[in-house]
Amino acid sequence: MTLDAKIPPGPIQEKWDNHRFNTKLVAPQNRRKFDVIVVGSGLAGASAGATLGELGYNVKVFCFQDSPRRAHSIAAQGGINAAKNYKNDGDSVYRLFYDTIKGGDYRSREANVYRLAQISTSIIDQCVAQGVPFAREYGGLLDNRSFGGTQVSRTFYARGQTGQQLELGAYQALMRQVELGTVELHSRHEMLEIVVEDGKAAGIIVRDLITGELTRHSAHAVVLATGGYGNVFFLSTQAKGCNTTAIWRAHRKGAYFANPCYTQIHPTCIPVSGDHQSKLTLMSESLRNDGRVWVPVKPDDRRKPGDIPAAERDYYLERRYPAFANLVPRDVASRAAKERVDAGYGVGELKNGVYLDFGDAIHRLGRTVVEQRYGNLFDMYANIAGEDPYESPMRIYPAVHYTMGGLWVDYNLMSNLPGLFVVGEANFSDHGANRLGASALMQGLADGYFVLPATISGWLADQLNQPAPSTTSDAFNEAADAVAERINTLLTVNGTRTVDSFHRELGQTLWDNCGMARNAASLSDARKKISELREEYWSDVRVLGDGQSLNQSLEKAGRVADFFELGELLCQDALHREESCGGHFREEHQTPDGEAKRDDDNFAYVAAWEFQGTGSKAKLNKEDLEFEYAHPSQRSYK
Amino acid sequence: MNLTLKVWRQRGPSDAGHFEAYDAPGITEDMSFLEMLDVVNEQLIHSGREAIAFDHDCREGICGSCGMVINGKPHGPKKLTTTCQLHMRNFRDGDSITVEPWRAAAFPVVKDLVVDRRPFDAIIQAGGWITAPTGGAQDANLTPIPKAVADQAFDAAACIGCGACVAACPNGAAQLFTSAKAAHLNLLPQGQPERWSRVTAMVDRMEEYFGSCTNYGECQQACPKGISIDFIAMMNRDYLKAQFKDRKRLVGASDLAGDGAG
Ligand SMILES: Cc1cc2nc3c(=O)[nH]c(=O)nc-3n(C[C@H](O)[C@H](O)[C@H](O)COP(=O)(O)OP(=O)(O)OC[C@H]3O[C@@H](n4cnc5c(N)ncnc54)[C@H](O)[C@@H]3O)c2cc1C
Ligand code: FES
Repeated sequence: MTLDAKIPPGPIQEKWDNHRFNTKLVAPQNRRKFDVIVVGSGLAGASAGATLGELGYNVKVFCFQDSPRRAHSIAAQGGINAAKNYKNDGDSVYRLFYDTIKGGDYRSREANVYRLAQISTSIIDQCVAQGVPFAREYGGLLDNRSFGGTQVSRTFYARGQTGQQLELGAYQALMRQVELGTVELHSRHEMLEIVVEDGKAAGIIVRDLITGELTRHSAHAVVLATGGYGNVFFLSTQAKGCNTTAIWRAHRKGAYFANPCYTQIHPTCIPVSGDHQSKLTLMSESLRNDGRVWVPVKPDDRRKPGDIPAAERDYYLERRYPAFANLVPRDVASRAAKERVDAGYGVGELKNGVYLDFGDAIHRLGRTVVEQRYGNLFDMYANIAGEDPYESPMRIYPAVHYTMGGLWVDYNLMSNLPGLFVVGEANFSDHGANRLGASALMQGLADGYFVLPATISGWLADQLNQPAPSTTSDAFNEAADAVAERINTLLTVNGTRTVDSFHRELGQTLWDNCGMARNAASLSDARKKISELREEYWSDVRVLGDGQSLNQSLEKAGRVADFFELGELLCQDALHREESCGGHFREEHQTPDGEAKRDDDNFAYVAAWEFQGTGSKAKLNKEDLEFEYAHPSQRSYK
Repeated sequence: MNLTLKVWRQRGPSDAGHFEAYDAPGITEDMSFLEMLDVVNEQLIHSGREAIAFDHDCREGICGSCGMVINGKPHGPKKLTTTCQLHMRNFRDGDSITVEPWRAAAFPVVKDLVVDRRPFDAIIQAGGWITAPTGGAQDANLTPIPKAVADQAFDAAACIGCGACVAACPNGAAQLFTSAKAAHLNLLPQGQPERWSRVTAMVDRMEEYFGSCTNYGECQQACPKGISIDFIAMMNRDYLKAQFKDRKRLVGASDLAGDGAG
């Protein structure tokens, strides 16, 4: 089946305006007749919840943390892009659009990306109005920095805590609506199932994480803003709670899962230090503005970095990519690091890292300036690695960071299940096969503040005067029973292995076979291994405690169960995509100098997978991608 | 290194709770405190006992989820460090470590080391925002904000809402948390229109849940983000001024919150 993305006609610059004009509206006095469920309170969910509440809809917001403010978005560090051109350095909406399409290796939808670039400027205005304390220059105007994959400075930032400040802005707007009574908040509640009735999203089944009670919620529209699934790899930079359950449950009920294999491996993270490692810590990409990446010229050089003279250092990014040097996009930087480490040039005790060196920057700018720019990141590094980055270079290595894949959505951000909308990292939409730095925050807020609130009325308007679905229908009963049954099964297996031990094994399998480099043989093996592991899980996992109280092992167990199934799909997708593009690097498909080799003739499409049953191969649906404006070319950062 | 833990176990809000002792052998200095607890939890599950419940998410010191009292100190011995960022190199072989939940009347224990911090959300809900509905904003650079002002607002905005300040306070007061948010918004030009109604609504809501501040200053010591008690002074000053400025106060705090929102 070929999917209809409902891209509006007309020149790209006018599509969004025209579409908004042509979309049906819901009159103010009618909005309170509509119930909307928003699952997730990160940038996408909180901004959507707040804005829908402001518009006058009846909104319920759910999150699993104890407060909506703690959503994973809070951890974003580096910044948010916007085509303001405040620096007068040649930026424009068109350039941001172009950079994003190119950065995504020509695997995203032009119309969406153009809209994102258009909206980017309003996001900054909106956030400043809310009191987000972005960095400023001495004259009081907003400051910008540059980020990987671009040659302009368009990134707005709030020290190293941009995500925190944006999240707090959205959370505060959300809490204002809670006070005003338009939004009902359910924190420490986890969505465990979506209810589909007559082919449409009718509501969700939710577990109160404190009492274990299962509750049913119906609505005219369900919005999933549940974030990315990078933790399928166990080790990632994502918060420990990030999971796939909400979107996976929707996938099982018919929503297509697009491009699951497009995972972003971030080049600058602190390397693994041992078996106990529970997550990986990102060192913001902004560090590459002033830090220089290198490894010793000699393999297995055990000298201290300070004792290695300049001539015996290989600044491999500067060598291989003179035009972009240390600021090449993430996928390129990550693969280059892997190449050096695999070839035996790795540094550190475990030889599993490369240096990110600030020696020159400190010399050029002085320690104070470097401290102002990156102080908190340096402290964090010193604390975790036990080494002082002012004295010796940081050791870094790539780690799983972001998932470009997600539920398939059309231009309205609606999935193929009518009434089910997906926003933020949970959808697949705008980043193609590789996301540029500082663009996830932009997309989450564009979706939540501006896109969804405008498109959802088109769906709701047709349901005027229809009540929200009943929560005692067969569909609700079946969904609630299935959730209870699953919880019961997990609690009664009473096997020998902990949830974490399974999760680690799943993660290692994926990292080894479906990580930075992939090939057909290892992907097939991995898929088989994961499906065996999944079966072992259901017969040997040990989940203690009961379902009627706070039970964190049970929460994890449900999430890991879904990760297994997703892991299989990840391998299937990676196996079928016989090309390299962005974060998806197939060893069989590379240029002679080791760069990703796309196959535009055969693979310029979105792979939207349709669930066919646990353990069965998913069915492929395609959305063909057309490039009218940004013409595909071999990406070059040389 | 080999450690002994004394951990607070409490099945639920109505359970009395008690300490249990566990061995934590083979801990390395690279581990974070939470990774050390992960190791202990794996052992507990293997021996058929439920894992110790504790809140955590980002493990990067920014979400404010984690928080436990370690050897009597919220977030443990290292200054300016959350529990998740506390590494075991701060402990020595043979140490005995006591781990408890936040102890504060406003934060009842949910289970083991997990407490209910929703009163913090209630304070923000009351007025910890600027009325700026989506779509109505002017260009971001129309109002320059002196860097010093922006930086100071940021210092306040850095609060992660973990609750260590409340846990450290002998009175269980939430002045540091509340004043940080009030100051963040009240320092900025965008925050001026609602400055007086904001501080009144937030302080009044705070007092519904928390004890009162008698200037012990423990909160500042415990804060992993170094939030200064100067913000409390600012909040008190603003609160007092608001009583004169905002005559609508006569009609009560709840109306005021509505007023701010309108
Ligand atoms: C360390 C780090 C640094 C980053 N830095 C940057 C940066 O500088 N710039 C940038 O642009 N991007 C950055 N990113 C990426 C960016 O932070 C994320 O992509 C983005 O914040 C995702 O936002 P979201 O709203 O889609 O989801 P999230 O913020 O992940 O929120 C998900 C929400 O869904 C809820 N949820 C999930 N499942 C369920 C369920 N089953 N039931 C109920 N609730 C559920 C959670 O409680 C949470 O509220 C960074 C990412 C990481 C990991
Ligand atoms: S887990 Fe987020 S601050 Fe510690």
